[in-house]
Parts: sequence; C-alpha cells; structure tokens
Amino acid sequence: MPRDFKPKIVSANDLFRGDVVYMNSGGGWTRRLAEAAIAHTAEEGETLMARAAPQQDRVVGPYLADVALDDDGRPFPTHFREKFRTRGPSTRPDLGKQAAHPERREPLAASGGI
Amino acid sequence: MYRYDEFDHDYVRARVSEFRDQTQRRIDGALTEDEYKPLRLMNGLYLQLHAYMLRVAIPYGTLSSRQMRTLATIAERWDEGYGHFTTRQNIQYNWTKLTDVGDILDALADVEMHAIQTSGNCIRNVTADHFAGAAADEIEDPRPTAELIRQWSTAHPEFAFLPRKFKVAVTGSPNDRAVTKAHDIGLRMVRGEGGAPGYEVIVGGGLGRTPMIGKVMRDFLPKDHLLPYLEAILRVYNLHGRRDNKYKARIKILVHETGIDDMRAQVEAEFERQMREEGGPVVAPDPEQVARIEAYFAPPALADLPERSETLETAMAEDAALARWVETNVAAHRAPGHAIVTVAVKGTGEAPGDATTAQMRALADLGERYSHDELRISHEQNVILPHVRKDDLPGVFAALRKAGLATANAGLITDIIACPGLDYCALATARSIPVAQDLSRRFAAPDRAKAIGEFTIKISGCINACGHHHVGHVGILGLEKSGIENYQITLGGDHTETMAIGERAGPGISAEEVGPAIERLVDAYLDVREDEGERFIDTYRRLGAEPFKAALYAAA
Repeated sequence: MPRDFKPKIVSANDLFRGDVVYMNSGGGWTRRLAEAAIAHTAEEGETLMARAAPQQDRVVGPYLADVALDDDGRPFPTHFREKFRTRGPSTRPDLGKQAAHPERREPLAASGGI
Repeated sequence: MYRYDEFDHDYVRARVSEFRDQTQRRIDGALTEDEYKPLRLMNGLYLQLHAYMLRVAIPYGTLSSRQMRTLATIAERWDEGYGHFTTRQNIQYNWTKLTDVGDILDALADVEMHAIQTSGNCIRNVTADHFAGAAADEIEDPRPTAELIRQWSTAHPEFAFLPRKFKVAVTGSPNDRAVTKAHDIGLRMVRGEGGAPGYEVIVGGGLGRTPMIGKVMRDFLPKDHLLPYLEAILRVYNLHGRRDNKYKARIKILVHETGIDDMRAQVEAEFERQMREEGGPVVAPDPEQVARIEAYFAPPALADLPERSETLETAMAEDAALARWVETNVAAHRAPGHAIVTVAVKGTGEAPGDATTAQMRALADLGERYSHDELRISHEQNVILPHVRKDDLPGVFAALRKAGLATANAGLITDIIACPGLDYCALATARSIPVAQDLSRRFAAPDRAKAIGEFTIKISGCINACGHHHVGHVGILGLEKSGIENYQITLGGDHTETMAIGERAGPGISAEEVGPAIERLVDAYLDVREDEGERFIDTYRRLGAEPFKAALYAAA
C-alpha cells in the first residue's frame, strides 16, 4: 500500500430504508462494516466507486470513506461521523445498527464523546 | 383553526399521488437520484445519516388534537415511536422508509396536513407567535396573516425556485416570541394612525453562517397592502439574489450588499408599479377570502370567569411542585380566569423537542379536554396549551406528570433549544443533543434553576444554526477540529425584540469541557449580578464579556 494512502471503503445509504450500507467484495452491499471491501490504493478506490455508480436502484450517494485496519485486517472508521454511521444516534442506543448489534456499542473514545 | 376547502383537499391529494408516482419511478429506475432528489425535497423528504427524515409542516405551529393524534399514529406505525418538534414549529420523523412515504402523506392529508415546501429554495412554513390568539399583550392574532401568506406562497410559480430558501415569521405582539428579526421577512403587528393595525416589515434577518439582524423596510404597512408588498420584496430578491454562490444567496446578503435604502427603493418602486395596475394588484386578496380566513381564527368561546381562581390558589398552597410549575410554565391569557400553558418537551436528560407517541396522545387529550381542542408548537421546541381555565391547571399538571411532561423550566436555563446535530443530521459537524442533555442534568435542581432565572442556552451542531445559537444568552456551536468535536461559545445573544447576535467568547472547547465551563459561567453571573432581578443578559450588557470569558476559560 502506498505510504500516503489511507485505506478506504465505499459507504452509501440503502435506497429503500435509507440506512447505512457498505460495498462488499462481490460488488453487492452489506450492513456490516467488517464485511466491506477495502481499497488499499487510489486505483482500487476508483474501481470500487465505478462498481457502485451504476447501482442507483439499490443505494444513494456512494462515497469513499477513510478507514483504519485492525490487526486482523478488518476496517474500522477513523472519523467520528463515520463511527456514528456504523452505530446510530449516540443518544438512542436502542435505535439504528447498534440496536440490532448491541455488542458493537464500543465507546466513541476518539470522538471526545460525552 | 383553518379548515381546508375543496381546492385545498384536491391539491394536497394530487400532490400525494404525484409523489407516489415520482417515488415509484425512482424505484423502477426511470428517475435517477439526481432527478428524484429535488422532487423528494419539495415534499419534505431528506436523506440523513441513518435513514430518511420526513419534515411535516405545522402551519404557524397550530394544530388540533385530531392532528396531534395523527402525528402520534405516524410515529407509532411508520417510525420509531417518537417525533422531533423543531425550531421552525415543524415535526420531523427520523426513521422514514421510502416505500412508506406515500401512506404517511395520505394519513397527513386525512387531517389537512402535508410536508409541501418544508425544504427547497422556496417560501417555507410560515411561523408565528406560539401564544397567538391568547396572549395578553397581543394587538391582533397573527395567524390569519400567516395563513394568508401560506395560501399566497404555496405553489406560487414565480417563487418556487428562489436563489435560496425563504422564511417568514409573524407576531401580533410587541413582545417578540417569533424571532421575527432573524427571518428573511419578519412581520410585527403595530398600530398606525387612528389605531388601525398594520405591519412593521423587517427584511434580511437570518442566522446561519452569516448572522444578520433584520432591518426595517417599512415602519407601517396597511394590512390590505401585505401581499403586493411581499410580492415586491420577493420579486426584487428573485431578480438580484446571488445565485452564483450558495453561501451568499439568502436575502440577508442582498440587503447587506445593496444597502437597506437602495433595497427599499427597489421594493417600493415594484410595489407602486403593482398598485398602479388596472384593477389593482393581481395578488390583492378578495376581502371575502380574508374574512373567511379570519373567521377560522375567531377566538374560542371562553367562559366569563374571575381573574383569580380559588381552586388553583388552594391547590398551589398544598402542592409546592404545582406552585413552581405554575410560576414558570403558565403565562398570562387575555381572558380573565384563563392561562396559557407551556408544556416542556425537554425533561431532565431528554432530547429537546422529542415527544413519544404516548406523550403526543396525552397532549392531544389535554388539548381536547382543557384547551378548546388547540395545541401549538413553539420555536423553543415546547408544546403550548393556549386556552386553559385556571381552575383546570391542577388537573392539567397532574396529567402532564403522568406523561412525563411536567418539568417546570419554561424560560429557565434547562429550557434549551438544540438541533438534531450529528446524532441524525447529514450536515452536522458535531453533536448537539448530548450537550443539551448534559446541561439539563447539571442544572436540574429546581431551586438552583429558579435562582438563576431567565437564561437561554441554544445549541447548534453546525454553522447553519438550526439551534439558533447566535441568539442564545449562551450559544453553543458544535464544529469539528482535527477530527474531534469542538464547541464554540457565544455570549450575549438575544432572540426577542431587543435582538442581539452573541459574541464569540474565545477558542472552542472539547465536549467534556462544555458542561463545567457553563457551570463556572453561571456561578460567575450569580456572583456579579446586582440582585435577583437582574437577568444574565442584563448583567452581560452592564459588565461586558470579560468576567464571563474569564469564568469560561478558568482552569477547572
């Protein structure tokens, strides 16, 4: 991976539910960030976006978002906005992705969470 | 309350049908997102961080119990069991599914409501004093004016694609509870020669990235000249507003760059041109239509009662909590023996403006039983029961307690305005709600809040200022700094007729630091105020910012 390139994933909103989805390695969409396809270079990012662009019948507003990789190579968000998108409203843990997956309610340490 | 006529019913139903078709074409692939987005926005449908959000208009903040029950049903059936009352007297549903929108809009149409023009570069929902028709200080009920403007501006073909969104607020009282000076157009009812009511016309106010206090374009406008004059303002704006730069496209920038005198000359020239038209101005309303609208807002038949209620006095003597609530949340009504109740939709630790399905139903029941079937939404994100007998206040309080809506904090430090912020909003740069929740817990003790007195805190999660932070005594603006939420504090803002834009106190502070900093600020105020009657804003104006800056930035 080029030194100055931050790994990226493609994030979007589902056309019907409006919730957050990520492009997986098959070019389809998953609601789990851990299953997202990772671009390690700018070219790979462009390729992922090129696969997302024609899928307007499934998603809205695809874009590349920075991620970091854990020791097992799984992506996690680096910006607090993207962290919220993986969970739901910080004030309503009963709603959004975090409600379906309470085990993912890790603290938002890097965001200076209240 | 205004009732739809046949044309209104047909129009709203036709728009629902049209939007169903547009949505189906989006799903079928006949419309791209770029094509569909402006269409969904025209119908109040946004795409936010976690889901679609539907913004429903509550014209001038007035609704019936039946309408409130429908809002509750929508929250229950198609959303997550709650809605969010906004600073523009609307309600937002945060978990809307695209395929449900048509059904939601039909449910709204059943009770004469819709989501039209709650987004887009058009004339938005007209807001008004939430005490309209009830306030003791009122010259005239502003809602017939607001309704007239609503009818004129809805689907007005010339003003459907303005340079930017356009917001109008109307008040009928000298005490401005409608933030008229922070609107594109603010109308304040005043009396002219001979005592006839008319309007002071204020233009070019606004918050957001470039906060401006509106400027007086006309000291007195006769009531029957209103629509031609508004048409003239909008026409000048539509022609000269900055379409080249989104951030300079609001009328406040045009007024600022053109100068109010030049702008006034252009508006008056256009107004005069219309007045010279053969047969009068095209938009001059038929007096019969105006009378019809006014009749819908005729005051309810209130009982002839003595000003003092022995029932209430006895109950307050026995129940200190009731007495405290009456002191803070009950305002003077124009009719003896009656009162205006402000229901706090912001209990301790709760999100300002969020009401559950059960709470909305409880409010609907209270409106029906005690307030002549009327409710209001305030720009302060509270619900108002405008016409309550003082004798009934103990019963209202008991019912509100049961519903978790009896917090006695109207106008006090925990009566906080907060936008949805980064917990929901795609435009936000930081969270607002957790900051409001933290502050409401810190100042929850009733005696302390009472001792602090009138104190407004307003919080926005981005520079667009939906939380009105510029005009809070203390404003809090959430931004991002180096990948972390960071909050700028402004001091000395005022949202009333003495409007002032708050001054930035200094560098931004972290989320964790906001609460302690505000506590130090409040302690400093209590130390330096002349007496208990000197409000924070008065002390600030007397002493300036320095003592408060020192407190905010003192080492913890």
